[in-house]
Amino acid sequence: MSESSTGTQDRGARAVPSGGLTGARGLRIAGVVAVLAAAVAFPQVFTNPAVTNYGVFAMIFVAVASAWNTFSGFSGYISLGHAVFFGSGAYAVGVAARDWHVAGVGVFGLLPLAAAVGALIAVPFGLVALRVRRHTFIVITIALFFIFQLMAFNFSFTQGSSGLDAPFLSWSLQTFNNPFYYIALACAAGATALAWLIRRSRFGLQLRAIRDDEDRARGLGVRTMRVKLAAFVLSAAITGLVGGLWFYYIAQVEPQTGFDPLFDLFVVLMAFLGGLGTVSGPVLGALIIEPGQLYLTTVFTNAYLSEILLGVLFLAVVLFMPRGIIPTSTEWITKLRTRGRSAIPPASQRAAAPTGLRSDEGATREGGALKAARRRAGKAQRVGKVL
Amino acid sequence: MAREIYQAIVDGILIGGVYALMAVGLTLIFGVLDIINIAQGILVVLGAYLSYGLAARLHIDLFVGLLITVPAMFVLGVAIQWSFIRPLRGRERTSMTLLVSYAIALIIEGILYEVAGPNVRELNAWYVTKSIHLFGFYLAYIYLLGFVMAVVLVLALYALLYRTGFGRSVRATMQDETAARLIGIDTNRVAALTFGIGVAVTAAGGMMFGATNGGFNPNSGYDLISRLLAIIILGGLGSIGGALAASVFMLTLQSLVDIWQPQWATAVFYAALVLVLLVRPTGFFGRAPVRAQ
Repeated sequence: MSESSTGTQDRGARAVPSGGLTGARGLRIAGVVAVLAAAVAFPQVFTNPAVTNYGVFAMIFVAVASAWNTFSGFSGYISLGHAVFFGSGAYAVGVAARDWHVAGVGVFGLLPLAAAVGALIAVPFGLVALRVRRHTFIVITIALFFIFQLMAFNFSFTQGSSGLDAPFLSWSLQTFNNPFYYIALACAAGATALAWLIRRSRFGLQLRAIRDDEDRARGLGVRTMRVKLAAFVLSAAITGLVGGLWFYYIAQVEPQTGFDPLFDLFVVLMAFLGGLGTVSGPVLGALIIEPGQLYLTTVFTNAYLSEILLGVLFLAVVLFMPRGIIPTSTEWITKLRTRGRSAIPPASQRAAAPTGLRSDEGATREGGALKAARRRAGKAQRVGKVL
Repeated sequence: MAREIYQAIVDGILIGGVYALMAVGLTLIFGVLDIINIAQGILVVLGAYLSYGLAARLHIDLFVGLLITVPAMFVLGVAIQWSFIRPLRGRERTSMTLLVSYAIALIIEGILYEVAGPNVRELNAWYVTKSIHLFGFYLAYIYLLGFVMAVVLVLALYALLYRTGFGRSVRATMQDETAARLIGIDTNRVAALTFGIGVAVTAAGGMMFGATNGGFNPNSGYDLISRLLAIIILGGLGSIGGALAASVFMLTLQSLVDIWQPQWATAVFYAALVLVLLVRPTGFFGRAPVRAQ
């Protein structure tokens, strides 16, 4: 694991906490505010339901991709089983609304239940799956996913292959999408903010230590199982919540749509396209891919052709932009800014190396190499304490 | 009842042989290249379609057709490895190879839908429909022929791996790629050829799958790949003997459960996998993973 390659990857989305950087920091805050304002204004500007439909799906996937990234991107455990939580959230509110006779706007009060069910399922799921690593973990998540899909098919309370219908919402067609859009936006903003907070926290540092070298992290005193499981459960809770919302929006769930293998692959692709392990990467990836995919399916009525195109897109992303948009473009910007100066002083890099943690985010942004070295040295000490 | 159980066990072993053939390719690819080839499932289906095309258009016998489809799939495998797998390097290689192989699966699936359509096809020949009465059981000839073919091919693979210089290179690469390169093994060549071999066996596996599965369409790849993944993990990733044992074990278990609970028979695969991994995280014959440096 080379320090240099991992270092640049993480510079992606992190506000530099120290002073003297008001320019870059101000720009960053202004950017976030502008994106949020645009997102809030979106359904007011584009009132066509066909367009706001894109917005709702985009926000749903921003939230899910962010939640997925909070676990898989930070910890390096690639989960292909998050559809379990998505589908379980959908089925949980569906069954609850049916059996408790909840109707009308009251159904949104059930959404915390979806999050709780997602979290509750994630505990045993995580305890089983997180015992193994890498490929085996991926396959275990797939296996558990298929078990859940089969359960949705076979149990009577899930009504088998006919699935569940959501309670009817008697809203006007013209503005039907708007409440969904704003709830999904809140979920998306919440999930992204949470990812940002976790990334800056001790918890996030522990997760990334696990990603880089789990055995070494444990040697340094990180309770790896507890940390992994906490991130997994958190990620699952958000995914479940959004699954419930998605169910109300599309008004029905079937085993193969609630527990959809393509769902996981889309989420992974979004995170990869934007930049795995960065905060803004999955957001950007979801904003590009979900509307793009919806658009493709309307343009190409031939579903097989859009499937081939999707595969080609996958290949293009992995082969030509393997590290994602955010890390790659950040690297270009850094290169432009530090032209002619040595960006990474080798000595301090060696000093930071033994911890196995990348702690040099934003170093080059400070400008001078000396300043970067000082900051790095200070941070290396802090990392030692944090762990 | 006892009769049904015997029949289920015999069925399980015979179909297990066919799954073993497909799983060996997958585990071999994993052992040498350290990737999970998600496309293996759809490649099996592609193999079935190739056999179908040869049989329906050119009236070539299914087994004779393998002389064409196996080399064709070998070339396809080498081409995929060269153009898409080889360029991938770095820390996220595990997940990136997964995405790439999935992308390949999507593309092949799309092309199959485009060319062959979504209709369910079935491979047909006299030995698929005719049965033989053996030890009180009725068995279609195809099961016996396929089992024999699977055994022969697996033995041939074993011979290739353990009796030839190339096999020694493959095993050396599986053990330690860096060391293998240091002693002069062209690991790129080994990787390409191994991928080719791993894909080539799907031609034979696909022909058997198409003849015994009771119909297939381009969508069949998903179910198949998840089963194969369960098998190779259960057997221990990279272990060929493990893949054989796990195939027979899983398929026998499935056909036994199928007697009482047909709707849960598929879940047995995954439930057995989860249970076994709780006790043995490396599978039946898996080695403890070497710690990455």
